[in-house]
Amino acid sequence: MAQSDQPFLRFEQVSKHYGAICAVNGVSLGVAAGEFVALVGASGSGKSTLLKMVNRLVTPGEGRVLLDGTDVADVPAPRLRHDIGYVFQGIGLFGHMRVVENIALVPRLEGQRLAESRIKELLELVELDPDMANRYPDALSGGQRQRVGVARALAGNPRLLLMDEPFGALDAITRASLGERVKRLHKDLGLTTVMVTHDMAEALLLGSRVLVMDAGRIVADAAPAQLLAGEGGPEAQALVAVPRDQAKALAKLT
Amino acid sequence: MTEGLIEALSGLGPQLAEHVLLSAAAVALGLVLALPLAVWACRSPPVAKVALGFASLVQTIPALALLALFFPILLAARAIVGEGLPTLGFLPAWLALGLYALLPILRNAVTALTNIDAETIEAADGLGMTAMQKLRLVEIPLAAPYVMAGIRTASVWTIGAATLATTIGQRSLGDPIFAGLQTQNWVLVLAGCIASAGLALTADALLGLVERGFAKRRLRLSLAGALLALAGIAAAGISLTDWRGGPAQDTVVIGAKSFSEQYILARAIGSLLEDAGYTVEYREGLGSAVVHSAVTTGAIDISIDYTGTLWTNALGRADNPGRDAMYDEIRRWEARTTGTLVLGRLGFENAYGLAMRRDVADARSITTVADLAAAAPVLTMGGDPEWFERPEWAAVRDAYGLSFDEQRNFSPTFMYNALQSGEADVISAYTSDGRIAADDLVVLEDPRGALPAYDAIVLLSPESAGDERLIAALEPLIGAVHVETMRQANYAVDRDTDKWSPERAADWLLAEIRD
Repeated sequence: MAQSDQPFLRFEQVSKHYGAICAVNGVSLGVAAGEFVALVGASGSGKSTLLKMVNRLVTPGEGRVLLDGTDVADVPAPRLRHDIGYVFQGIGLFGHMRVVENIALVPRLEGQRLAESRIKELLELVELDPDMANRYPDALSGGQRQRVGVARALAGNPRLLLMDEPFGALDAITRASLGERVKRLHKDLGLTTVMVTHDMAEALLLGSRVLVMDAGRIVADAAPAQLLAGEGGPEAQALVAVPRDQAKALAKLT
Repeated sequence: MTEGLIEALSGLGPQLAEHVLLSAAAVALGLVLALPLAVWACRSPPVAKVALGFASLVQTIPALALLALFFPILLAARAIVGEGLPTLGFLPAWLALGLYALLPILRNAVTALTNIDAETIEAADGLGMTAMQKLRLVEIPLAAPYVMAGIRTASVWTIGAATLATTIGQRSLGDPIFAGLQTQNWVLVLAGCIASAGLALTADALLGLVERGFAKRRLRLSLAGALLALAGIAAAGISLTDWRGGPAQDTVVIGAKSFSEQYILARAIGSLLEDAGYTVEYREGLGSAVVHSAVTTGAIDISIDYTGTLWTNALGRADNPGRDAMYDEIRRWEARTTGTLVLGRLGFENAYGLAMRRDVADARSITTVADLAAAAPVLTMGGDPEWFERPEWAAVRDAYGLSFDEQRNFSPTFMYNALQSGEADVISAYTSDGRIAADDLVVLEDPRGALPAYDAIVLLSPESAGDERLIAALEPLIGAVHVETMRQANYAVDRDTDKWSPERAADWLLAEIRD
């Protein structure tokens, strides 16, 4: 899958300081094409900041980010972002636009019209009824809105999908089903995905590779199976213990 | 009453049309200034602070003062732009009201733009919108309902404030209000108020429709409201185009300050000029300070002023050389410094005089200001709003050592009522006022000559000063108006019952002169 010498996405010694606070501290990292990287950490660990360096919502203070071998700083921001799907906790659907207009936005920014059939296809990909295309966001549930958010992120045929706590505001059931759906889309569409989450269970279930961040550094980098086998160091294991203990407690109840 | 009101309302067509055009143009100006400023302000907090601070400051200036301020501003601008720049009428009214309309639009737009939620902005950036795309696709549509609400507020304010444009010579629905207030013709005041309130409510309703359409994403509703509003503005424009007819040659503009005597004399002059074949326009209800500058700069062609007024305000003199010397000096001064022709004296004075009710004066044996000084400590003096600030008051006070128990301000109209009701014992009356005879008042003698002369004089603008035909047409008025005639004419307009219009009083006055 990945060529080890030329990863699809590469962070080179990136750092970011906000005043005296160091959000990201000299991170170097390669992500191969096709990987589903789950970036886990507590609030303030720097995971969102690291993610936003990729689509330049955050500019690194030091170091650089390469996408497909090109420094992202060398690409005009709008151009760069059209090629990167971005899904975040706030969703950010435009309330004055219908679902269909929200989804067709990225092609529209490039002066293209999205075909009717493609919109239908995108709605189906995120398991939304095509009848919802003409609704306004305020007529949708939270889960339906984030499905539109995902469809919007996919409309520009991105190769890279960035997700910042994408399911954070959703109820548990919606969260599980949408998570599964995204995992399928990742595989079917051949995407490279980086997802930020504070939930280790979600990271273990969805990711093909789990990174743990703490105080601006990556402290663990392992496959879900390795983490469940006790590898990855004390910080990672402390996070893995939470869902594991919950599962044990639940098992006792039966 | 109802019949009179309907008649008064039906005569307001041109005023309504000009009011509509002025208000619409002012709101449009406010909009053109506010929108780019709002976009700039929402990207730069210092700009927001300065812009909103300036707009708020403008709002604290009383509308009347703001309108009046544009006269000297435009006068100064003539040095740069040239002499053709109008200083009265539409232009200053438009600029002042446009500034007035700025604040509500700017404040709403800035608030709306800065309060778009952070997630929406993050999405716009994350999807790769350029700054222009973000403005066009996200910020403007989301701010539109709030901006529309600001436009709505601005329109209602502007339509209300536009009535004050009358004072700087712009025809508006303020014409009947100011004329009515002065002549105590309440039907006329009511007609002006009803018309402007009705216009404000109509504009509010139509713009409300547009706003609701934006907020509820019903484009047709917005379109209907906007089209109806535009149709109203277009109708106003068309009605005025027809009303103005062909290009008027030989149009003489006669200015009048906002009191009955000025309205009557302006109409009398207008009547004489129309007989001589001139087309006449009136700029009535002008502020007292504006009139002199207006005639010397040619914004109006003819004005009636008073020697004592020009002596202090234009010449800046504080001495009192006597009636004839003052007139001669003013005549020379105008010819030398402004090129304005002082055509002559009408023959009567409208001076300040201290007046009392005859029964009160008799009871205290007061016939002169000197007698008054002894009784002053137990009496109340009433004056018009400027009286106690005027040099005449200082002069008469110091000459006789006047010190009253109390000093109160009244509007000129209510000053006489205050005298009748006992709220004031002495007032600063105007000697040509009809109510002096009607109320049987005594004007106290001024043995020390402390109060200056106020001869009514006719002024012709520098451009009209050489018009022999015009001068000949006005000849019958010069030296021909006796103070008793003027008092009667004023009283016929000012009295509470059987009121005459200024036109009718002017006709009567001209007939008296010819006899």
